[in-house]
Amino acid sequence: MADAQGVLVVGEVADGNLTGLTTELLGAGRRLVEKAGGKVGCLLVGAAVSGVANDAIAYGADVVYVAEDGAFEPYAAEAWLPAAQEAAAKASPAAVLLGQTSIGRDLAPRLAFRLGVGVSMDTVAIEYDSKLHFTRAAYGGNARAQLAPKSLPAVATVKGKSQDPLEPDSGRGGTVEHIAARPAADQARVKVLGQEKAKVEGVRLEDADVVVTGGRGLGGPEGFQALEELAAVLGGAVGASRAACDLGWYPPSAQVGLTGVTVSPTLYVAVAVSGASQHMAGMSGSKNIVAINKDPEANMVKAARFAVVADFKQVLPSLIEELRKLRA
Amino acid sequence: MDMIVCIKQIPDPETPASAFKVDEAAKKVIPAQGTQPVVSPFDLQAAEAALRVKEQLGSGTIHVLSVGPAGAAQAIKQVLAMGADDGFLISGPGLDDPDAYATAQVIAAAAKKIGNVDAIFMGRQAADWDEGVVPMGVAELLGWPQVTVAKAVTAADGRLRVERVLQDGFETVEVITPAVVTISNELGDPRYPKLQQIMMAGRKPLAQWTAADLGLDAGQLQSRMELERLYVPVVESQVEVIEGESPAEMAANLARRLREARII
Repeated sequence: MADAQGVLVVGEVADGNLTGLTTELLGAGRRLVEKAGGKVGCLLVGAAVSGVANDAIAYGADVVYVAEDGAFEPYAAEAWLPAAQEAAAKASPAAVLLGQTSIGRDLAPRLAFRLGVGVSMDTVAIEYDSKLHFTRAAYGGNARAQLAPKSLPAVATVKGKSQDPLEPDSGRGGTVEHIAARPAADQARVKVLGQEKAKVEGVRLEDADVVVTGGRGLGGPEGFQALEELAAVLGGAVGASRAACDLGWYPPSAQVGLTGVTVSPTLYVAVAVSGASQHMAGMSGSKNIVAINKDPEANMVKAARFAVVADFKQVLPSLIEELRKLRA
Repeated sequence: MDMIVCIKQIPDPETPASAFKVDEAAKKVIPAQGTQPVVSPFDLQAAEAALRVKEQLGSGTIHVLSVGPAGAAQAIKQVLAMGADDGFLISGPGLDDPDAYATAQVIAAAAKKIGNVDAIFMGRQAADWDEGVVPMGVAELLGWPQVTVAKAVTAADGRLRVERVLQDGFETVEVITPAVVTISNELGDPRYPKLQQIMMAGRKPLAQWTAADLGLDAGQLQSRMELERLYVPVVESQVEVIEGESPAEMAANLARRLREARII
């Protein structure tokens, strides 16, 4: 594809709205085409997605490709692939961007192999000079790798909160095109029997302005009670390290890190979290990190703005009380 | 059910950040002194998932396969000791440090050569590059369905029933075999082989193939992405350790500092 130009974003819609990450991808796409030329396309796939086409345009899309059919939900790679392929053929982009989400992780590599091109996963920076460059974490967050595609289009998944969305502009112009591909439901080889969505009480972890996270150092699931109390005082959400989730102390949907959720709150309170690289990969974008840890050498203490080096059991009750007083 | 478990030998991912070094000119990681390479942890969980399916059915064969340097034979033996039946090491020219694209080509070709495979189990991502690309590549090259990030797998009427971990919950799917399934850490700890199993693993068959044995030429092993730079990001600590005579006083001082800094 010598004439490959522009960006195709594979968007996601949740609860009838574009996801935050989709708006971030559109912002990244806009900034790329300002340098490299071409248009920003946005593919929307699902049972009822045409209603948000105008939102996609307001956030930076020039062309919205709509693939609307009940059979696209719940997501399955084999159902979405023909739609993505058709949109890529129509847009002939230099880059196809997806979110580093359950869908993006599953779809992007397969789409790249179908197109015969390379893929950069969990990308944190996208640059363009005379060619595209993607930066991503490797070795559990210990290293950064910069990759350049050898052929176009390049496929990339992008980490949440790594790109800024544009201010939505309802006056922006754009067009809507329909994608003809439909999943052959009767030939589906993967059948979803059921889904169980995690209960979200209060604010969603990835949207929270304050996140309180517990790690292996809590010593047991009961430690999370104090964390929930602290999060409630701060109006935040509770997260957990992978170690704590693996031990069954907290649900995996609350896992912050490389294989879990990425957060970038104003305040991140890490309680008894050592700060393994794979955890840091999910929260290092936090604006202010507070570490509460017995070990002054813990990685999290070094990464923090403020650290309390003490046993969390003795710190948290007083901290909750002090914060209540301040907030009263 | 005939299953392949794919494993990768990697530098120990538990290497502390302070001991982690990169040769920027060679764009390679310098293994920390005194550390041994390990099987990527998600791959051991993939082996565990396959062993559980075999135990559930009371029959079946598990082939363990690795693409990489000759030293990866050690990694294969570890999974043979866990209970896999035979091993395949695919190494030689072009395969010392293959990227995701080349690795998927090799695994797909090997699966065809082994033949009659019902399922390929892999870790959700290798814990060195953390990409999670190879499994979907293999599925695409073979034309098989994929089910990724599983926490439980059982066999049911020639199909696999898989519980997946989603970012916001769980999902149960049924997939027609042959299929590629990737396993996440939520599956639980893999088993430790007993001493006797470790001794017996040395006597299990371990075939060594090259890319040429699989009919692959150098052109098919070319990467699709160019690694331009590999480096360790510099992070300087600017931590303010909160003082105090007691934990309670520290807590009060922390609350005060957060207020002064207008964070709360």
